[in-house]
Amino acid sequence: MNFEFSDEQMAMKEEVKKLLDKENSLKRNRTILEGEEKFDKELWDSLVAMGLTAVTIPEEYGGIGMGYLELCVIAEELGRAIAPVPYSSSVYLATTAILNCADEELKKAYLPKLASGEIIGTFAHAESSGFPLEKSINCNYTSGKISGLKAAVPDADVADFAIVSAKNDSGVGLYLIDLNTDKTKISSLDTFDPSRSHANLDISEAAAKELVSDGWLEIEKILDQSAVLFSFEQIGGAEAAMNMAKDYAQGRYAFGRSIASFQAIKHKVADMYISLQLARSNCYFGAWALSNEAAELPTAAATARVSATKAFYECSKENIQTHGGMGATWEFDCHLFYRRSRLLASNIGSQGVWKEKLISSIEKSNLQI
Amino acid sequence: MDFNDTQEEAKFRKEASEWLKTNFDKFDSERSATDKSSKSSAEPSKTPMDESKSLELAKKWQTIKYDAGWACLHWPKDYGGRDATPIERVIWSQEESKFPIPGGFFEIGQGMAGPVMMMYATEEQKKEHLPPMAKGEKIWCQLFSEPGAGSDLAGIKTKAELDGDTWTINGQKVWTSGAHYSDWGILVTRSDFDAPKHKGLTYFFLDMKSPGIEIRPIKQINGGANFNEVYFTDVKIPDSQRLGDVGDGWRVALTTLMNERLAVGDASGVDFKEIFELAKENDFYGEPAVKNSAVREKLADWYCEYSGLKNTKMRRISALSKGDTPGPEASITKIVSANKLQDIANFGMDILDQAGINSDGNMKYHGSLLGAPLIRIAGGTDEILRNIIAEQVLGMPQDVRLDKNVPFNEIPTGDKSN
Repeated sequence: MNFEFSDEQMAMKEEVKKLLDKENSLKRNRTILEGEEKFDKELWDSLVAMGLTAVTIPEEYGGIGMGYLELCVIAEELGRAIAPVPYSSSVYLATTAILNCADEELKKAYLPKLASGEIIGTFAHAESSGFPLEKSINCNYTSGKISGLKAAVPDADVADFAIVSAKNDSGVGLYLIDLNTDKTKISSLDTFDPSRSHANLDISEAAAKELVSDGWLEIEKILDQSAVLFSFEQIGGAEAAMNMAKDYAQGRYAFGRSIASFQAIKHKVADMYISLQLARSNCYFGAWALSNEAAELPTAAATARVSATKAFYECSKENIQTHGGMGATWEFDCHLFYRRSRLLASNIGSQGVWKEKLISSIEKSNLQI
Repeated sequence: MDFNDTQEEAKFRKEASEWLKTNFDKFDSERSATDKSSKSSAEPSKTPMDESKSLELAKKWQTIKYDAGWACLHWPKDYGGRDATPIERVIWSQEESKFPIPGGFFEIGQGMAGPVMMMYATEEQKKEHLPPMAKGEKIWCQLFSEPGAGSDLAGIKTKAELDGDTWTINGQKVWTSGAHYSDWGILVTRSDFDAPKHKGLTYFFLDMKSPGIEIRPIKQINGGANFNEVYFTDVKIPDSQRLGDVGDGWRVALTTLMNERLAVGDASGVDFKEIFELAKENDFYGEPAVKNSAVREKLADWYCEYSGLKNTKMRRISALSKGDTPGPEASITKIVSANKLQDIANFGMDILDQAGINSDGNMKYHGSLLGAPLIRIAGGTDEILRNIIAEQVLGMPQDVRLDKNVPFNEIPTGDKSN
C-alpha cells in the first residue's frame, strides 16, 4: 500500500518550490496584476528551462515522458505561488487534448514546440454565461473552417493556438486553430484576477485542424483530467493562505496577547486545516485515478475539484478575516489569493457544475461506495 | 502510488484472512446453533439481558483469538500480544471488519489501560494483568471525567489520601463506559488540593469490585445506558497500584488520552450510502428526491466528506506502512464524521417528511440523530479537538489560563462546576 508521492516526485516538487521562491512569484503576481503585461514571460521561461512544459509529452515528441503524478506536484507548487503564467491552459488543457485526440501529424507539429515552450496553447470551450452543454455549443465547423464566439478564454491573448469546441454534422468536435491570424479577433478583458489574462474570441472562418469530430466524451475526459490538476493548484493556494493567516495571527497582538491564542482564531484556522486535509486526500485519490486512467476518474476528479474549490475559498476568505482591516487593503497580499481562488473556481466549470457532475457520475458508475 | 500490499503485507493478509474464515465460521455456526437471536454489537443492546449475552459471546470470540495469537497484535508476546507492526495491525482490523464479530467491550482496556500499564506498572503487574486483558477475560474501564471536570479534565476533585501503604478514595466519577461489567479500572484522583491544578493528581488502577464503589447507569437521550456514574466512599487502594509518582498523575493521564484519540474513529450510523439510497427511494415534489438539485448539492458535499475521510485514512495507513507513527492529525476524523452523521440523519428526516416522525421503520435515522450529539462530545468535544489541531498540529499558542500555578483550592468555580 503506497498512497503517497514517490521520493523522486517529492524532490521534484521541492525543486519547483525553490525556483518559485527564488523568483519571488508572489511579487511577480502583483506586478502582472498591476501592470500592462499579460503574463510573466521571465518566470515562464524559467519554468520552461526547468522542463516543466515537457513533463507529460513522450520523448519521441521532444518531451521528458513523465506522468501525471509529476504534473500534480508541479500544479500544487504553482498554486501555492499563485504563479502568473499560462501553465494550466497550455499544459493541463491544450497539451492533454493533443495527447489524447490528435493524429500523428498534429502531434509531431505541436508537441515538440509545446515541450520546448516555443508555443503556448489554450482551450476555448465556454461561449456565454453558464457552463456549456453539448446542445448549447454554437461555434460551428464546416468545410475545414470555424466560426463563432468563445467567451473569457484563459490566456487566449498570449496563446499561439487554441483547441476549440465546435458543432458539426455529427455532434461537437475539437479543433485546433491558429490564433496568430486575422481570422480571429482577440479582445482582452478586464477580469476579477488580472494576474492571469483572459480574452473573448470572435472567430470568423478560421482554418481548423480536426482532432475529433464526435468528441463530447473526449471533452468531458479532458475536463476531468484537468480538474485533478486544477484541484492540486487549489490546495497549494489554500495551504499558502492558511499559513499566511496562522503566521499573521501569531505575530499580531491584541488585548495584551497574540491573537493566535484566542479560540475564535484557533478554531477558524483549525477549520481551514480540516477543509484542506479532506481536499488534499481527495486530490491524492484523483491523482491515482488520473495517472492510472482508472474507471473511477470522473467521480474522483469531481470529488477532488469540489473539495479543493471549497477549501481554497474558505482559506482565502478567512485569511482576509484573520488579518482584519489590513487584509482588505490593496497593499497586503491576501487579496491575491482571494482573487486566484475565485479564478480557479470559475475556470473549467464552477462549483455547482462539478457537484452535479459528481452525483451524476456516482449514479452512472455503480461504484462501491 | 498504488493500493497493493507489499509482498510481506500480502502474506500476512492471507494468513489473517484464512484464519478468520476458518475460525469465525466455526464460532458462528456454534453460536447460531445455541442462540438464533443474538446480534452483533453493531446494534445497541436494548436490555441488560441482551448486553450480558453479547458480552458472553464477545469474550468467547476474544479467547479464541487470544489462544491462536490474534489478540492485541501490536503488544509484546510476553503480555499476550504478537509483536506485530502497526501496518499488520491495520491489515488485521481490515480483515476482521469483514466479519460480523461481536465486540465493543475491550476497546477501553486494550486501547487505553493496556498502554498505560505497559508504561507505568511493575513487571509483575504487567504479567498478571495484561494477558487477561488481551484475552478478554478481564474487562477494564476508565474513571476520568467528573461532574465538574470534562473537557477540563485536570479539574477533578475525587480525593485520594495516603495512610501507611493504603490510599483512601472519596468522590464521584461520571461518563464511565462499561463500569457495570468491568473487573478493573484506571483512575485519576487529586492527592494534593494545595498544589497547582496539574501537579496534585495521582493515578491508580483498582479492582472494580472493591467495597465502597457504587455504580449507577446514566440514561442517554437515545435511550441507551452505556455510561455510568461511579461513586467512591472510603474505597481502599494499595499504594502498589499507583501508576507514576504521587502528584504526577496528569502526565500519566495524558498518555492515556493520546491513546484514546487514536482509538476513537469514525462515528458509526447513517452515512452517504444510506442517504443516497433514501433519496432515490423517496419522492420530493413529484419526483425522486435524488433528482432535486438542492438534494443533489447536499449529497455532493457529503460524498466529498465521506471520500475525504476514507482517503485520509488511506494516507494514514500508507504512512504506517512506511513505518511512520500517526500524529494528532487523526483528530479531524471524529469532528467531520460526527457532524456529517448528525446532518445526514437530520436531512434523512426531512426527506421522509411527516411520516419520518414514526419510529417504526425509521430507527436508523432516529438513532443516528439522537446518537450524534453524544459522539460530538465523547472522547474530546469538537471544540477541544479544534484546539488540539490548532495547538499540536499547527503550532498555535495555548489559550491564556487563569488556573496555572494557582493552588487548586483557590481556583474560582461557578455553580455549574460544583
